[in-house]
Amino acid sequence: MSKILLHGTEAICEGAMRNGCRAFFGYPITPQNEVPEYMSVKMPQIGGVFVQAESEVAAINMVYGAAGAGIRAMTSSSSPGVSLKQEGISYIACARIPCVVVNIMRAGPGLGGILPAQGDYFQATKGGGHGDYHLIVLAPSSAQEACDFTYRAFDLADRYRVPAMILADGMIGQIMEPVELPPMRPLSDIPEKPWATSGHYGKDRRILNSLIIKPEQLEPHVNELQRTYNEIYANERKAEQYKTEDAEIILTAYGTVARICKSAVDQLRAQGVKAGCIRPITLYPFPDDAFSSNAERADCKAFLSVELSLGQMVEDVRLAVNGKKPVYFYGRTGGNVPEEEEIVEAAKGALGKAKSEL
Amino acid sequence: MKVFEKTKMLTDAHMHYCPGCTHGIVHRLVAESIEELGLQEKCIGIAPVGCAVFAYDYFNCDMQEAAHGRAPAVATGIKRCLPDRTVFVYQGDGDLASIGMAETVHAAARGENITIIFINNSIYGMTGGQMAPTTLIGQKATTCQNGRDPAVNGYPIRVCELLATLDAPYYIERVSTHDVKHVIAAKRAIKKALKFQSEGRGYTFIEVLVSCPTNWHMRPVDALRFMGEECTKTFPLGVYRDKSEGKE
Amino acid sequence: MASITIDEKVCKGCGLCANACPKKVISLSEHRMNANGYFVAEARNPQNCIGCAFCAIMCPDCAIEVEK
Repeated sequence: MSKILLHGTEAICEGAMRNGCRAFFGYPITPQNEVPEYMSVKMPQIGGVFVQAESEVAAINMVYGAAGAGIRAMTSSSSPGVSLKQEGISYIACARIPCVVVNIMRAGPGLGGILPAQGDYFQATKGGGHGDYHLIVLAPSSAQEACDFTYRAFDLADRYRVPAMILADGMIGQIMEPVELPPMRPLSDIPEKPWATSGHYGKDRRILNSLIIKPEQLEPHVNELQRTYNEIYANERKAEQYKTEDAEIILTAYGTVARICKSAVDQLRAQGVKAGCIRPITLYPFPDDAFSSNAERADCKAFLSVELSLGQMVEDVRLAVNGKKPVYFYGRTGGNVPEEEEIVEAAKGALGKAKSEL
Repeated sequence: MKVFEKTKMLTDAHMHYCPGCTHGIVHRLVAESIEELGLQEKCIGIAPVGCAVFAYDYFNCDMQEAAHGRAPAVATGIKRCLPDRTVFVYQGDGDLASIGMAETVHAAARGENITIIFINNSIYGMTGGQMAPTTLIGQKATTCQNGRDPAVNGYPIRVCELLATLDAPYYIERVSTHDVKHVIAAKRAIKKALKFQSEGRGYTFIEVLVSCPTNWHMRPVDALRFMGEECTKTFPLGVYRDKSEGKE
Repeated sequence: MASITIDEKVCKGCGLCANACPKKVISLSEHRMNANGYFVAEARNPQNCIGCAFCAIMCPDCAIEVEK
């Protein structure tokens, strides 16, 4: 099939619609306005629902209702708006309602700035709202992946009955790239949801609820959630490894930064430095196996986490490396994206430091 | 011949409400109305946060329990996707008129084809008697212990009147549960609202005055009297919008 | 003949039924408590019942059935 030129946000919308998403609820915030704009046009054309909600809070609760009634539903926002959605996401996680939330990250904290950032990693991967829960978090690094990962997010959400998040920095949201679109999946192909509150009476009735007031019932429920997260961890960890086989210095990054890191790896190798890159594709579950296997390699000297933050994913990298090799960090914030040369220098510095400390 | 028995739209669960709280009456009216209109097979209810949070245990149909104040948004999500289902929302005054005012106003402004049952007992019941957006001037609550003072606490919000400034709502009425006559009238209003929804007419909103003997510190019968004599002064009963009657 | 049946397990002794009864059929018991500790409503003068169902209409707990 031929490729078409698409905006990152449009690729997200196409991935959603082509895998059965028939309800979108959103609210304007830069840099993701193209998602609700695109959906407002496309959803009615495929028999879907689009509502511009009165707030991000309302939008996520519309998702709660629609997805709870068995419809594949999505909402989209950017960092400050995703903060507002956290209450709803926590309820959704507890009530086990599968849905997809898109966060096109901008720079924070507070109202911050509208340029790309990755400062919401903690919020996305550690729960985000109150209570013990997780989302499945996928991090695309191209328009093609924005489409494919959103498509896949709906299947993962349904399979495990957990909310899934597409976590992309503003650059991925705003990029224009050729994308090969998957075929439109017929709704009849999507598995039934025997728990959905779509209108049942008497003994057949169904309840979606996040209030479990008796401790002897809440603990088993939370434990059941944890069993699901363990299953997700066992089955779904995913990372791309780029030239890591013999790498002495392993860069790690996701989203836009991963693309720059791969260029930096090529430049480092051209200069004779054995560099490689691990790009986590799933941020939750974190692909710790990719890190631990490299950390155990004798010729691997150090890791360098490169992020558009002050150091968030680096904590998961350290847990995965578990002290076997030094882990360094290089980050930019405020909407600034590092140049390839900056990363090359940071990598050389990290490798030098690691060797001098041996 | 039985002239009165419990509707099958309510489950066998014993309701947790305090003695004399008329929440239970409103549950019955909603349930009977749904059953009498034959809507029970395709019905989804939304429970709020507050005293009625356990409503999902009482209504004998599919139920979703919403976050505090968000029930109209949840209902919007369901109804837009499944327009042939009956979707009703049951909310108290703190839920609907305080934390959820944005969702309340916007669902009404969009004219969502849903039915909202708004329980106004002028107090936060579940949390123990704090001041509500509907607490009467001078009425005591645990967060205004000398009585609501407008200079400090502002004035009670009249939600029916507020929503009646919007173009979209099809039917808005305030009813009460303080005696038999008014309970019968409340049933008529609730049933009418659900019927309008089933006909696709649009947004319907029934505010029901309810007693809270526990947090008003009154005997149940005295609480009914207080409702009839005092609450109805601040919250006048009546139809605020009925497009079927040409009342805009 | 009209009669009422009160489900004493469900009754909370709030007295709204007795207050609504136009024929003073119902009173709250001074002695009998249910398992929840409520003094239950009882039909003290059942012969006066006219089957108007006012008691059932005001009962918040659907504890009363009425026959006529």
